[in-house]
Amino acid sequence: MITLQSICFAYPDGTNVFEDFSWEVGSGEAWAVLGPSGCGKTTLLYLLAALRHPTAGEIRISGEPLFKPRPRTGLILQDYGLLPWATVRENVALGLRLRRFYGPDGVHSPADERIPELADRIDPWLERLALLSIAESYPAQISGGQRQRTAIARTLALDPDLLLMDEPFASLDAPTREGLQALTIELRNERGLTTVIVTHAIEEAALLGRRILLLGMIPNTSAMVYDNPGATHSTYRDTSEYASMCAQLRRAMEAIA
Amino acid sequence: MKRGQVLVAAVAIGLVWQALAVLVRRPILPPPTVVLQSFLTELPRDLGEHFVASLWRVVASIALSVALAVPAGLVLGQSPRLNQIFSPAIYLLFPIPKVVLVPVVLLFFGIGDLPKIIIIFMILFFQILVLVRDQAAGLRPELLHSVRSLGAGRRALFRFVYLPASLPAILTALRQSVGTAVAVLYVAELFATRRGLGYYIYFTGSTLFDYPKMYAGVLAMSLLGLGMYFAVDWLHHRLCAWQFTR
Repeated sequence: MITLQSICFAYPDGTNVFEDFSWEVGSGEAWAVLGPSGCGKTTLLYLLAALRHPTAGEIRISGEPLFKPRPRTGLILQDYGLLPWATVRENVALGLRLRRFYGPDGVHSPADERIPELADRIDPWLERLALLSIAESYPAQISGGQRQRTAIARTLALDPDLLLMDEPFASLDAPTREGLQALTIELRNERGLTTVIVTHAIEEAALLGRRILLLGMIPNTSAMVYDNPGATHSTYRDTSEYASMCAQLRRAMEAIA
Repeated sequence: MKRGQVLVAAVAIGLVWQALAVLVRRPILPPPTVVLQSFLTELPRDLGEHFVASLWRVVASIALSVALAVPAGLVLGQSPRLNQIFSPAIYLLFPIPKVVLVPVVLLFFGIGDLPKIIIIFMILFFQILVLVRDQAAGLRPELLHSVRSLGAGRRALFRFVYLPASLPAILTALRQSVGTAVAVLYVAELFATRRGLGYYIYFTGSTLFDYPKMYAGVLAMSLLGLGMYFAVDWLHHRLCAWQFTR
């Protein structure tokens, strides 16, 4: 699904984040990217979203070289990225309205997509993510968890095949976070999505990543990968396998620092 | 603010005026009842025409300044490079009291509506430009990233992000400066015109010494400023409901 081939990336100020870095993500895989602050996790995600571009090397998604944001890639950020002037319903509809705005041009929206009634595509997601009762509220009026559910509904309404999440639950309280983690696993299993979730929390990586990429000190030159095949359900949290995965990751992170 | 409170305040101001008129007892301060009567009799005659002339100048200036300042503000807000080039000039021009340019504008554009419209335009233009620019520049990059990730290119970002984001800035700019605009219109209408409330007030007061008519003109000009302010405020609540809900 995703291939990074010997990519390099440095910020204009000279901070070198990736150097000759290669990594591969298979279709339908569930990845977590873990690492300390400043290790380049978010940069990696922005590279995958084509919001930043490697200075050397190549990124391919579904075999295509990646130059601009791909219509079938969904991106969910910690700060939700909702339009403050639009209601929950309008925010969820935003992606579809953008596709209508451009038409099926294959650049901004998939070439093979016809969008019927917006409501037909949106209402099921509003219902699924328990947003119907607040559909006419503005982002400032709802809780953090509701905002993130709105962002998730907006992304999933576009029927993505690749979901990128950047610390999506970091600013939520623990019960809300656990609820959304369970929902993420559920949706992922249901839709066979390829997911890459960036997190600084070991527990989150061990719960959501069936494969875990650990980034260390920059520049990153090689991918440290941990397999975590048991992470298929939110009850994984209660297993000893999970606990030992967390311990293993914690030791690895301490070794980096 | 509640409507009732505003009404009570209006009545209170009228009573103070009445009291002052009784105390002063000179023709240069007629009581509000006399002025109101004069206002009502004159409105269907001359006063109405002058009012419409002034109103047209204000509305035309607003339309012109919104049409030019919004795109310019959006472009500057999006491009740090262009902003760097232009912001020193804007920094210098913005605080100039535009009213002192009235004679200059009159020299260049002569008589008629155009010089008046240009004067008000200059006031509104900079106010809108600066607020829209800062609003556009202040949009969080996360918001832009996530909308771009949904497939938005430059055109769609304009339509779905920058434009709606600048709406409150436009309305705030208008609310802040429409009062000043009407004040400057008064000055502009003192020269090279026989139409407009500024002319009407000056002519009835200083030439005809018809003070009730003069005050009727003052009342009309106040209502013009107040009406514009209320209209902008109403639009703000209607178009930017999200800013007023909690």
